[in-house]
Amino acid sequence: MGFGNILQLGIKELRGVGRDPMLIVLILYSFTVSIYTASRAQPETLNRAVISIVDEDRSPVSSRIAGAFYPPYFLTPQLISQAEMDSRMDAGLDTFALNIPPNFQRDLLAGRSPEIQLNIDATRVGQAFTGSGYIQSIVSGEVNEFLRRYRGAAAVPVDLVLRARFNQELNKSWFASINNVISSITMLAIILTGAALIREREHGTIEHLLVMPVTPTEIMLSKIWSMGLIVLVASGFSIVVIVQGLLAVPIEGSVPLFMAGAALHLVATTCLGIFLATVAGSMPQFGMLLMLVLLPLQILSGATTPRESMPAIIQDIMLAAPNTHFVMLAQSILFRGAGLAVVWPQFAALLAIATVFFVLSLRRFKSFLR
Amino acid sequence: MTAPLLARIDRVALTYGRTRALDGISLDIAAGGMAGLIGPDGVGKSSLLSLIAGARVIQQGRVEVLGGNMADGGHRRRVCPRIAYMPQGLGKNLYPTLSVFENIDFFGRLFGLNRRQRSRRIAGLLASTDLARFADRPAGKLSGGMKQKLSLCCALIHDPDLLILDEPTTGVDPLSRRQFWELIDRLRAERAGMSVLVATAYMEEAARFDWLVAMDAGRVLATGTPAELLRQTGSATLDDAFIRLLPEAKRNGHRAVVIPPRPADDDGEIAIEADHLTMRFGDFTAVDDVSFRIARGEIFGFLGSNGCGKTTTMKMLTGLLPASEGTARLFGKTVDAGDMEVRRRVGYMSQAFSLYGELTVEQNLDLHARLFGLAPATIPDRIAAMAERFGLREAMDAMPDALPLGMRQRLSLAVAMIHAPEILILDEPTSGVDPVARDGFWRILADLSRRDGVTIFVSTHFMNEAERCDRISLMHAGRVLISDTPAAIVEKRAAASLDDAFVACLQDAVDEAAVPASVAEAIPATPVETAPPRAAGGSFFELRRMLAYARLESLELRRDPIRLTLALVGSVILMFVIGYGTNLDVENLSFAVLDRDDTSVSRDYALRIAGSRYFIEKPPIASYDELDRRLRNGELSLAIEIPPGFGRDVARGRGVEIGAWIDGALPSRAETVRGYVQGMHAQWLAEKARTLHGRAAADDFQLIARFRYNPTVASLVAMVPAVIPLLLMMIPAMLTALSIVREKELGSIINFYVTPVTRTEFLLGKQVPYVVLAMLNFVLLTAFAVFVFQVPFTGSLPTFAAAGLLYVVVTTSMGLVVSSFMTSQIAAIFGTALLTLIPAVQYSGMIDPVSSLQGAGAVIGRIYPATHFMTIARGTFSKALDFHDLQGSFMPLLIAIPVLLALGNLLLRKQET
Repeated sequence: MGFGNILQLGIKELRGVGRDPMLIVLILYSFTVSIYTASRAQPETLNRAVISIVDEDRSPVSSRIAGAFYPPYFLTPQLISQAEMDSRMDAGLDTFALNIPPNFQRDLLAGRSPEIQLNIDATRVGQAFTGSGYIQSIVSGEVNEFLRRYRGAAAVPVDLVLRARFNQELNKSWFASINNVISSITMLAIILTGAALIREREHGTIEHLLVMPVTPTEIMLSKIWSMGLIVLVASGFSIVVIVQGLLAVPIEGSVPLFMAGAALHLVATTCLGIFLATVAGSMPQFGMLLMLVLLPLQILSGATTPRESMPAIIQDIMLAAPNTHFVMLAQSILFRGAGLAVVWPQFAALLAIATVFFVLSLRRFKSFLR
Repeated sequence: MTAPLLARIDRVALTYGRTRALDGISLDIAAGGMAGLIGPDGVGKSSLLSLIAGARVIQQGRVEVLGGNMADGGHRRRVCPRIAYMPQGLGKNLYPTLSVFENIDFFGRLFGLNRRQRSRRIAGLLASTDLARFADRPAGKLSGGMKQKLSLCCALIHDPDLLILDEPTTGVDPLSRRQFWELIDRLRAERAGMSVLVATAYMEEAARFDWLVAMDAGRVLATGTPAELLRQTGSATLDDAFIRLLPEAKRNGHRAVVIPPRPADDDGEIAIEADHLTMRFGDFTAVDDVSFRIARGEIFGFLGSNGCGKTTTMKMLTGLLPASEGTARLFGKTVDAGDMEVRRRVGYMSQAFSLYGELTVEQNLDLHARLFGLAPATIPDRIAAMAERFGLREAMDAMPDALPLGMRQRLSLAVAMIHAPEILILDEPTSGVDPVARDGFWRILADLSRRDGVTIFVSTHFMNEAERCDRISLMHAGRVLISDTPAAIVEKRAAASLDDAFVACLQDAVDEAAVPASVAEAIPATPVETAPPRAAGGSFFELRRMLAYARLESLELRRDPIRLTLALVGSVILMFVIGYGTNLDVENLSFAVLDRDDTSVSRDYALRIAGSRYFIEKPPIASYDELDRRLRNGELSLAIEIPPGFGRDVARGRGVEIGAWIDGALPSRAETVRGYVQGMHAQWLAEKARTLHGRAAADDFQLIARFRYNPTVASLVAMVPAVIPLLLMMIPAMLTALSIVREKELGSIINFYVTPVTRTEFLLGKQVPYVVLAMLNFVLLTAFAVFVFQVPFTGSLPTFAAAGLLYVVVTTSMGLVVSSFMTSQIAAIFGTALLTLIPAVQYSGMIDPVSSLQGAGAVIGRIYPATHFMTIARGTFSKALDFHDLQGSFMPLLIAIPVLLALGNLLLRKQET
């Protein structure tokens, strides 16, 4: 295997991308504007959740509860009737509706343990769970405070001091910016290598390479390093200029360590691109395959929803995807400031996946060239 | 010129980037005759023809065809039904997966013929071109000659007044070439008054035309009948006449090619030996039992049509392809596939040789020198020597694309020779090169063979080149028909010329192969029935033309079962995986306690958290360092620190703080954790207060959370209504995104340029099959959701279906808009992925409600179609809603359709720019 050949062929690939202006615009877009927009779009924690209150008690305690919801977490609650509640929720106007029954205060003081009903629109998945926890603690706080004053009893003087490590304000835009960098890396690596390979075959230029003393391994390695380099440089730029600079996301850990992880991830994804290209007979088929692969990679890697809450089987399957490990690694390094001592298992997993993908796609690539 | 005028070209100029293709041409072409444009490739013939056909935008000057200005869209629409254009390239305007019949039928529909007219006319055309036997064969599986005949049928279906043929016989074997021209003659005889405009690089063909235009470098050299041109230049052949017409500078140094006889001291060493080589691909035999031996230093010619097995044979000889049977030997050594040493001894120049356009001449030479492993120190000298020998010295810094074709071919040869190979394999090295450059090229070959003893194995279409070879083989359908010296072949067949001898050989082979075919041939060529009065080409929308494209697209889709399966089965699998896997009810969170108190009270506190279904307790934490480490490596989502003396302080009513650290790296998870912890803390406090004050164990009050629309908070139930919009966005958009750009990349877009079909008809026609497919997908997804995944459907099904239809019209339109302005398939795929994946997942309310988004993302979310369809899907699936409740979400979809269609119309070009 000649490193010279790999170098030379890779340079040729780089020049090829340099001659497609539309492609360059798209690469730039996906690593700048797209990341910026996605990050800025993120709601800050629980934001402007819509809540309505059906107050059938109209007592001091019920108005106390109603007064406890205010922006920015909640929009100022509307007081509605029982009848309105159903229709408003059906129309999606309210995410939460709190129903305080008649005689709530009387029953409360009499120790009859009355019930407050909280209706949650479970189709608003994002806010439903977070919001219900908040509402629960707000209502409990108000009721307990009311009872304490009424009874004149001293409260149990235990404070819960909550501190969020690594991202104190739980700023979602930090997280979103990194996730979008990761999904851009994956998307680009697969498309650049895969689609370029199909184009070469559809235009017949790959054949020419075969008459020269270069091996398929060299051709493949040259594609991996050159396309990987483009994506690596673009993502490095994005992390430093867009994420750290423009979006002012504090990065705790070492960017070079992250880039090393990205490089491993790129080997795996570029191999995946080549693999898909050899499976797909034509560009339209590649387009279909691409969607079928990208979507689960993005949604189930742990970047969109936490891995813990996925069913065990999905968690296990997704362990075979490079994204899963890369997302873990990126979060550990960039947010938690973890070093190699902590993230080596992810590095090892990525290395293993990259190796397997490389071997598999090389095998397919060799038969593809016949 | 007495005949009526067909076309008047007035000071027409055309540039591509920096290349000047046409340099102020003025020309009058008479109607009714057969006019030819002659000259090598790249002199502007094709550009001129595409301007006359109306396929390309006129940059400068005036083109009048059939009595009107071709820059005027109205005139183009009126006359395009009278023009037929057959572009350059074998079957470039055909659809390879469609059968012969379906291809012609498609063109018939485009030109507005009804079923009866079509079937009569197609039958006539197929009979007269002898294609009737192959009516059901896919166009992609035809030989080159048959493809050209089919192209001709497609061009003639609407009985044009002007037939434009751009190099119709390039890459076609001599017999098919001859048959093609006989067919044209017959058609002209049957339909007097039809004008034919042909471009060709074969001078011997041009001799039969009525009137010629010799072109070079974007200019007209001379016009006149063939006889006039010969007389004018005093030459015997048109080849010579053309060379004499060239400007002085180009002709400079031209002399006839003389190849000295091979030296007598020939040692008889065999350089290349093919011994019963056979190559099969599946049940198709590409090369059938081919044997020959080529001596060192010999120039061995290979003739045959495209796809006859020449290239495959060459590949087996170089060891690129292992032969199915037989052996190939180079210098007596059996060729081992994949043997790098063999490749170093062989120089190969492929047919469409791809010099890397992104590298300069010098970089190209340098790259190949390095790839062939020349010692770095020797490379500069070697490059200089090659540049000298092949006349590339002044062009070293130029880009190959900017060079004239002849020079590019020399560069290709220089590249193939860089490592001083002993064998040169050249696959049609001179097609499209002008006669002067071709002669120069052959002088180099002669020199290499006779002086350096390089063995040359060359394939060609030109008879005068074949005559220069020491020996030639004629290949047809994978077999070598004859192999001998040119003189011996002519003698053996008792023919007047080599061309005649080959035609005779091919005729024998064809007759032998197709005995039943003679029955079909016995039927006298049926005169082609004239087409009915033409449908007016001026109308803006005609259903039949739109349906022609819809039919074409659906046929192509049906012939690609892999794509269909991926679209249908793949989406169901994805719906399941994503619906099942995306769970927003955060559970199984890991936590651990740093209990510095370790009393019953502190343990009670920890137990409350451990007892909830949300948390899983991990081994206790011993120190701050450990706490930090375990949070940092992501093992813990939550760490609780209980201070020393906690139990005592609680009992005494002294203020005490419990610390809780949440991993904030995943903010949404952290938020949920915070909510859970706060809720549990509040409950613990209330309970403690009651026990402290000796009250009943019952809670003061209860907060009952009711998750409406999905009481079990089942992930599939919550996610499926959101995943359906996601899938129906991405898959249909990706399908349509390639539909137009693919035609652009592969060339069949030309049919849109030169037929009466309008932009709206084209776009809608392309869209219809994908809308149908997407609706099929919609039904499948909904059925699977309801019957297999048991997601309850509570609302109005007609409302959901109506919204689904609108939505897939929108998503397919989005793909078409991308496709209408992108120029490469890669960019279209990438653009579509960016346009669909990110907004659909992030801005459409799948996870975060659109109302809580901010900035540009919020704006995108509000106008993005997936947002509104997601509202409808969730409303009808989970909330028992009907049209009345959801009309607000229909409006944006209804608005999006005309907007996208207008955008597609605006961005799509009806001519090549």
